[in-house]
Amino acid sequence: MKSLLAPGHRGCAGCCDAMAAKFTLMAAGEDCIVVSPTGCLEVMTTPYPESSWEIPWIHSLFENNAAVASGIEAALKAKGEMGKTKIIAMGGDGATLDIGMRSVSGAFERGHDFTFVCIDNEAYMNTGVQRSGATPFAASTTTSPAGTVSFGNIRPKKNMPAIIAAHGSPYVATTSIGYPKDMIRKVKAAVDVEGPTYVHAHAPCTTGWGFDTSKTVEVAKMAVETCLWPLYEMEDGEITKVKKVKNPKPVEDYLKMQRRFKHLFTKEGGDEMIKKIQALADENIEKFGLQ
Amino acid sequence: MRRDYENEKKDMVVVEGSYAVASAVKACRPNVISAYPITPQTHIVEELSQFIADGEIPNCEYVMVESEFSALSALVGSSAAGARSYSATTSQGLELMHEVLFNVSGMRLPVVMTIANRAVSAPINIWNDQQDSISQRDTGWIQLYAEDTQEISDMTAQAFKIAEDPDILLPVMTCMDGFILSHVYEPVVLLDDDLVAEYLPPFEPELKLDPKNPKTFGAFADPNSYTEFRYLQQQAMDKALKKIEDAADEFYDLFGRYYGGLIDTYETDDADIILMAMGSIVGTIKDVIDKLRANGVKVGLLKVRSFRPFPVEAIHNVIKDAKVVVALDKNISIGLNEGALFTETKGSLYNTKIDVPVIGFMIGQGGRDIPVETIENIVDEAKKVMDSGITVESQFTDLKEELL
Repeated sequence: MKSLLAPGHRGCAGCCDAMAAKFTLMAAGEDCIVVSPTGCLEVMTTPYPESSWEIPWIHSLFENNAAVASGIEAALKAKGEMGKTKIIAMGGDGATLDIGMRSVSGAFERGHDFTFVCIDNEAYMNTGVQRSGATPFAASTTTSPAGTVSFGNIRPKKNMPAIIAAHGSPYVATTSIGYPKDMIRKVKAAVDVEGPTYVHAHAPCTTGWGFDTSKTVEVAKMAVETCLWPLYEMEDGEITKVKKVKNPKPVEDYLKMQRRFKHLFTKEGGDEMIKKIQALADENIEKFGLQ
Repeated sequence: MRRDYENEKKDMVVVEGSYAVASAVKACRPNVISAYPITPQTHIVEELSQFIADGEIPNCEYVMVESEFSALSALVGSSAAGARSYSATTSQGLELMHEVLFNVSGMRLPVVMTIANRAVSAPINIWNDQQDSISQRDTGWIQLYAEDTQEISDMTAQAFKIAEDPDILLPVMTCMDGFILSHVYEPVVLLDDDLVAEYLPPFEPELKLDPKNPKTFGAFADPNSYTEFRYLQQQAMDKALKKIEDAADEFYDLFGRYYGGLIDTYETDDADIILMAMGSIVGTIKDVIDKLRANGVKVGLLKVRSFRPFPVEAIHNVIKDAKVVVALDKNISIGLNEGALFTETKGSLYNTKIDVPVIGFMIGQGGRDIPVETIENIVDEAKKVMDSGITVESQFTDLKEELL
């Protein structure tokens, strides 16, 4: 499989975005058009006059990549060019779950033949680690900081795959950049299914989460192994495949690796929060039948 | 204005202004239309939807979006993919598109969009003024304003021709006064498909989103290169001055109808007083001029058709020998107490040798009627300036003191 994201981009060492983009393009192949919104991925791959994209690529605004992708699809259809060309919108969690929500919802409701890949690094990393709708419970960010009275973000992650599935999408999958083969297989499945499809890729950010640049894949795997990030596929709204986790690890093992959860281990009452996070993992085990 | 009405009569049909626009869009063979309904633009997109439903626009997709923001966003994608792309909106819808307007012009995407001009909230008001499009003056779009339904129809074809010219590649707003033009039934000649095909070549951009020739659109530009992108946009606007004239001339050659290029004039050759205006109000002004001319008042009209690019030279050539110039604006820059046409005209004269007093009136806001008497009163004010100089530079008209 050829990598269509040229090396030499300006991502951090251990950047999750670069991996997500690379795996996505490996799955889609050369005959694809990619839209990506404002964010790290755009900034680090397209410093004019350079570009890392070896396929046609267009920047949308922060909040409209699904609408721009809709227009590309309409153009190819109208001009009779909608053959094998895959249309992919890639967005971070902010562009997908928050500011881009209306545009994503509209595009899925209209049923365009495109694939949306959400690169979920669980906060607004491009602007300096601010909370998003995908920030997990008890994570400290610069706008949901842990403090003397706060344990960080008090809300659970917005369940975007379920929201997309509710739009009638024929194929929805969660994946993780810690499992390249899984991600490539799922993006490939998504682009091959006709209609609006969705792949939600968990993508640990070395800078925003606070772990060593060599540990991105390890952290990503740990999210899956603790059952905090279940990997599953949905066809027409029903869960059809789940990646089993034989011996789930305790969530502490995952939390300990990251600066954003440091307060849970130093602050009084932190152990209660860790118990709540363990309960979320246990709930996933039950709900998705992970064992 | 150059038209052969007698010859046109045989081809005229009485239709609503919105229908004339939709029919013109159809004749231009768009590939992608995307719009969200909003009063008073709605009839345009309803007519287009019906054309699509009846299979009357081949090779065209209508993207029925969830908002104006997505309407224009979809056209970013479609235009970049090489499709002739069209939308229509007004007022709040146009304001909602504001961020995308910059994106379209910055990526040099030749989208054409009809604006059925309407006031903006608050207070909510659905009637006509031009605050909506004027508020978008710095977004890098060409802005053309039409006088009547025939002109807005014909302007649609001209707009695509201007926008898609390889030397220009700028988006164009064609502006028509909401309700006054969009909902009025007038005799018009609908654009003939074959003639439009001759006038408007297919859209074949040199660069597009094409897997066979991959390019990056909308790259990240740092301080080292951003300025040059802006400079090139301005340069394209400069080139558009001639292209707008050419598009009008070529249209005249083929269709026999001409309403001016950048501007048009009426009775200005010997005029002491020149009224400047954009849109449907110029019709009323012409009637007032006829009446006043019969009484020996030397008054003329300068119709501004292109507001962006702003045709400084063409305007100066017309007003340089006048004794007073009056700009009428259906908009206001709050905090400056001036309408845009007034500000731009006045500003353009500074540092020149043209020494003509310019005054401004803000009229017809939120759809307030502009009767003949209002224009006559404005001419009376202009006469006073001619005799004794400017006392009030710019003002509201017909204020109801009892409501203040």
